[in-house]
Amino acid sequence: MLLLKIPMSITVKFFASLREQVGYNETSINVIKPLTVAEVWAQVCDNAPLPPHILMAVNMEYVTQDKSVQENDEVAFFPPVTGG
Amino acid sequence: MKIEILSEKLNPYECLQVYEKTLIAQGKWGAVSTFVGTMRDYNEGDTVQSMFLEHYQGMTEKYLYTISEMAKQRWDILDTLIIHRIGEVQPGDTIVLVAAWAGHRAPAFEACRFLIEELKSRAPFWKKETLNNGVRWVENCSSKVLCN
Repeated sequence: MLLLKIPMSITVKFFASLREQVGYNETSINVIKPLTVAEVWAQVCDNAPLPPHILMAVNMEYVTQDKSVQENDEVAFFPPVTGG
Repeated sequence: MKIEILSEKLNPYECLQVYEKTLIAQGKWGAVSTFVGTMRDYNEGDTVQSMFLEHYQGMTEKYLYTISEMAKQRWDILDTLIIHRIGEVQPGDTIVLVAAWAGHRAPAFEACRFLIEELKSRAPFWKKETLNNGVRWVENCSSKVLCN
């Protein structure tokens, strides 16, 4: 029996100065195996190293770069926050 | 408990009065501690003409709700209010209002301080300043990037 791997869709968002550096605020990628947040970054940003001090979130919760990303997850990368 | 992200000018004292009238614990509080953050016309030795505030819609509200819940669990408080501006702000404009109502001053002070410190260190907001000679993102780790 032939098993077809169905690609998983992941949404990736960038904010503030990082969005300006990347050149867009949102994209989506299709992958056939679960990735970590660091692997999502590498795939979207052509294997550029993760900038120091960058913050990461999955489904609007802070995570570290080794967090596993699932189908339909929303991954976000952004610089240190400056509100208040 | 109320969280609000506002894209129009904010009058913090009016907002406090309006929200206080809706509290169910009327007559139960003996202390209200408030913090009002205002935009300066200078930063890092430069004149700042205006500022643009960006946020991560959804995550910001979720984070502010989480810290409000934490404050309620940690201190004996009756209610909390957080209102934060987004969009274009001018010097003198209010950026943020935080308030905590409690029976006594100690928990009111402590909860209010906790909320503003957590908001400033972890809530996803970013400031972009317009200076006399260009624009720059406010950086949290002392490095500055001039874009123009």
